[in-house]
Amino acid sequence: MSAPLLQVQDLHAFYGKSHILHGVTFDIAAGEIVSMLGRNGVGRSTTIKAIMGDVPPRGSIRFRDREIGGMKPHQIARLGLGYVPENRDIFPSLTVRQNLYLGQKSTKKTGRWSMADMFKVFPRLEERADTRAGVLSGGEQQMLTMCRTLMGDPDLIMIDEPTEGLAPMMVELVGKLLSEIAGRGISILLVEQKLTIALKISHRLYVMGHGEIVFSGTPGDLAANAGVRKEWLEV
Amino acid sequence: MLEIITFSTLNGVLYGMVLFMLASGLTLIFSMMGVLNFAHASFYMLGAYFGFEISRRIGFWPALIVAPILVGIVGALVERFGLRRVHKFGHVPELLFTFGLAFVIEEVVQMIWGKLPVDYRVPPSLDFTAFRLFDTTYPAYKMFMLAIAIGMFVALLVVLNKTRVGLIIQASLTHPNTVAMLGHDVPTIFMAVFGAGSALAGLAGVIAGPAFVTQPAMAALLGPILFVVIVVGGLGSLGGAFAASLLIGLVQTFAVAINGSLADIFGASAADWFGDLGTVTVAQIAPIIPYFLLVLVLIIKPTGLFGTRET
Repeated sequence: MSAPLLQVQDLHAFYGKSHILHGVTFDIAAGEIVSMLGRNGVGRSTTIKAIMGDVPPRGSIRFRDREIGGMKPHQIARLGLGYVPENRDIFPSLTVRQNLYLGQKSTKKTGRWSMADMFKVFPRLEERADTRAGVLSGGEQQMLTMCRTLMGDPDLIMIDEPTEGLAPMMVELVGKLLSEIAGRGISILLVEQKLTIALKISHRLYVMGHGEIVFSGTPGDLAANAGVRKEWLEV
Repeated sequence: MLEIITFSTLNGVLYGMVLFMLASGLTLIFSMMGVLNFAHASFYMLGAYFGFEISRRIGFWPALIVAPILVGIVGALVERFGLRRVHKFGHVPELLFTFGLAFVIEEVVQMIWGKLPVDYRVPPSLDFTAFRLFDTTYPAYKMFMLAIAIGMFVALLVVLNKTRVGLIIQASLTHPNTVAMLGHDVPTIFMAVFGAGSALAGLAGVIAGPAFVTQPAMAALLGPILFVVIVVGGLGSLGGAFAASLLIGLVQTFAVAINGSLADIFGASAADWFGDLGTVTVAQIAPIIPYFLLVLVLIIKPTGLFGTRET
């Protein structure tokens, strides 16, 4: 068996003096959809940020069998890792089109995704293509951040809480885009608090608690395991 | 009277545009680093001295191009090997670093070119009268300065708003982490912005040197006014920097030209009322006016005229 696309082993991370991640170990295969579940503050976002090099990691992070721990964020992104931050970090003073344009890593290479693809999935973005991104609604901004990252043509996209605070219709649209992404053979690491989308689309799930992985299995395993859900997920 | 207004406006706009050549770079650098670069006016001075030295050897026109590039390289090196290392220790060490750098540059300039002003003159090809109005002549060199400053302003707008690099810079100023995670090399962009900002200050120095005085104190003389511009305009706002540059330029130029005093306005009897204060002319207090404006703005609108950032 070939090595997984992303392999994280014994990952530790710190914010100042506080120890956030206590040896997180997990992996994602090529083309796989994996969800990372858990309550707020258990270290899910920190895990992604450590992989992207935004938080200094300790331990081993291998992407395509190459150690990426210690690399700079832009180098990691250029290897094919995409990150969609949870705070809908659009560039508010630029237009929707300019935001998407900056998602491209270079103007020379065309990736799997074109701006037209994005507009096909989200016609709303095309209507507002020349509007400043800062005036978009929360849901539209969420779409824009996802599409912007896809414009960089990642092989693995890590998405932090894409449905947080969205109306049900928007959640459905996000689900549609996730299927579209998976359909093109791109791996997804979905960080979520709610089970709705995660159970439906994931191949495998991890549950985090107190900076560690406390459960790993298929959606079926998790559905059967009421104990884990009660202890680590339900509020 | 019309004569004074016309020429003061011209001179004020010119001075304002020169200020903007420095303020624009300083504002971009401020947005990026989060601290003011105290050495920015020193790059302006370096531009003037490099311009002087190159003019003397191979002529003014090559100097106009080469000197700003050299200053830009010095700026980029300062960012790469100085500020970037100091950055991780926080804002106060960064501020102290730029403060110290300003002194170092001044001392080095004095060691090489001496304490007295150098003989940096308007090039003969530009040393003629542009036009004559109401018996007063206006030098062509000042029109040339104005053209360069306006050209730079237009170029800056086009680069920032119409090019990919400009868009990446705009995004990096507010969201550096996000830009990096999209695969753009933010540290290198910052170095380039610092270098380009220094080069602009250098260009301002090259063209202002012959019109004003090229001396080791020129950085220390201009620096405080520059900070007034940045604060009045609003920290981090390019539009604000432009408006404030023109405002300060015009206010200072007009103030010098007005010889009125309180006694003139309210009549001789008022002179007794105001005492000595009544006879002080506006021209005499001209140098204080920008700082008065600074204090006023900080009291009424601390974010500056166009600023949104709290500092």
